[in-house]
Amino acid sequence: MSYITGVGLTSFGKHEGSSSLDLMSQAASLALDDAGLKRGEIDGILCGYSTVSPHIMLATVFAEHFGIRPSYAHAVQVGGATGLAMTMLAHTLVEAGVVRHVLVVAGENRLTGQSRDASIQALAQVGHPDYEVPLGPTIPAYYGLVASRYMHEYGVTQADLAEFAVLMRRHALSHPGAQFREPITVADVMASKPVALPLKLLDCCPVSDGGAAFIVSREPTTEARVRIRGCAQAHTHQHVTAAPRLSELGAEIAIAKAKSAACVAISDVRYAAVYDSFTITLAMLLEDLGLAGRGEAAARVRSGHFSADGEMPLNTHGGLLSYGHCGVGGAMAHLVEAHLQMTGRAGKRQVRDASLALLHGDGGVLSSHVSMFLEQAR
Amino acid sequence: MSDKLADWTKGEAAIVYQSCGSCGAKQYFRRGFCAACGAVDLIEQRASGEGTVYATSLVCRAATPETRAHVPYNIVLVDTAEGFRMMAHGENDLAIGDVVTARFVQFAGRCVPYFAKASRRDKKECWR
Repeated sequence: MSYITGVGLTSFGKHEGSSSLDLMSQAASLALDDAGLKRGEIDGILCGYSTVSPHIMLATVFAEHFGIRPSYAHAVQVGGATGLAMTMLAHTLVEAGVVRHVLVVAGENRLTGQSRDASIQALAQVGHPDYEVPLGPTIPAYYGLVASRYMHEYGVTQADLAEFAVLMRRHALSHPGAQFREPITVADVMASKPVALPLKLLDCCPVSDGGAAFIVSREPTTEARVRIRGCAQAHTHQHVTAAPRLSELGAEIAIAKAKSAACVAISDVRYAAVYDSFTITLAMLLEDLGLAGRGEAAARVRSGHFSADGEMPLNTHGGLLSYGHCGVGGAMAHLVEAHLQMTGRAGKRQVRDASLALLHGDGGVLSSHVSMFLEQAR
Repeated sequence: MSDKLADWTKGEAAIVYQSCGSCGAKQYFRRGFCAACGAVDLIEQRASGEGTVYATSLVCRAATPETRAHVPYNIVLVDTAEGFRMMAHGENDLAIGDVVTARFVQFAGRCVPYFAKASRRDKKECWR
């Protein structure tokens, strides 16, 4: 058994003058305070990576900087799935009795620490160095390829995809830490600059500075009782050229294993936190996870199903698309928000019932998947 | 393993793939073994350059000065006649399902495969 005992999240956007370590430290301090723990009580550290300040031993760089001497520490790299992969590992370590309190942390000054081109270029390297990268694709192009195929097979339109950007923006409006808080419409998304068609600028998450952290512990440390009920991963490929057909992607494999590990059904889920690097990512994952029928996710957005007051509130902080994306910390914000919802601390974003949450992360080009269920323990 | 054939990744105007002598699997990313069964008796062959468009994305925002000079350019995934999938460039108006043929063009200082809709003449040639 393991619990998320504390969470910490900075605002996303510009943090001029803050380094990756600064943002990690800010988020870690918030998480420690939230859990009511002192630095000396943390005996495990898992951290993500920083494209701005790459290091072969980031976890110990951070531990020294932050003032912790853990008995277990290393970095984890699974692209956008890193946050949930670290949470799964923390859960496993705690359950195995290796450590008592694991600090899971990531942060990057990706927006102000490097040019947008440098960021796009660094991320495009997830492509094959010989057979893909020389062709000049970008991350939006890899996902644009997937989008074109998904739209072709399931009759999804660009206007359908735009609904997800509008929904995430609407949710971000009520979070003071979100990078984007100007309302947008489907027409705005459709009219935004083409990036890698069918994806346009507002179909893509931004580049942000920010940090996120949480503590995974063997026992609750405060009144907050959010338990990791079960989780699973699936990794089917790295490069989009080698991806299996749409019906065999890893999200479906991971969620099936996670459901069986957690002994829950999708009908038990009350809150959803799903990776949304692009509108197509969110549309596909919702359908792969069984939160909507094939080609029906956009209709569910339109009917209010995924709104904060809907049947399945989704990414109520605004997701990567509007809260922002600072690398590994970006998807960790989804878990922080789920935790706030599950502990009744989401303020005006608070949903009626978040007793069981489904979280899903994706890394690469739908390459690596982690599905996880969190529950309010009594 | 048979002799290594040069392909576009080495600057040669050709698409090369590997067939496994044991299980028959085809693979595009060159390796010293078959990723399906692990056997090392691979046969390298030149592909015909014919295929069908599986997916497309028109890049309008590139990340480097060299690639920016080419925008918009169409990144495509093509299912080749030989049975493997590859990434390449293609005509900007290609649609999924189009039958295409490869030629080679210069892109950001490199030779890259570029697919265009197969013309009637091309189709006739492949019947001969």
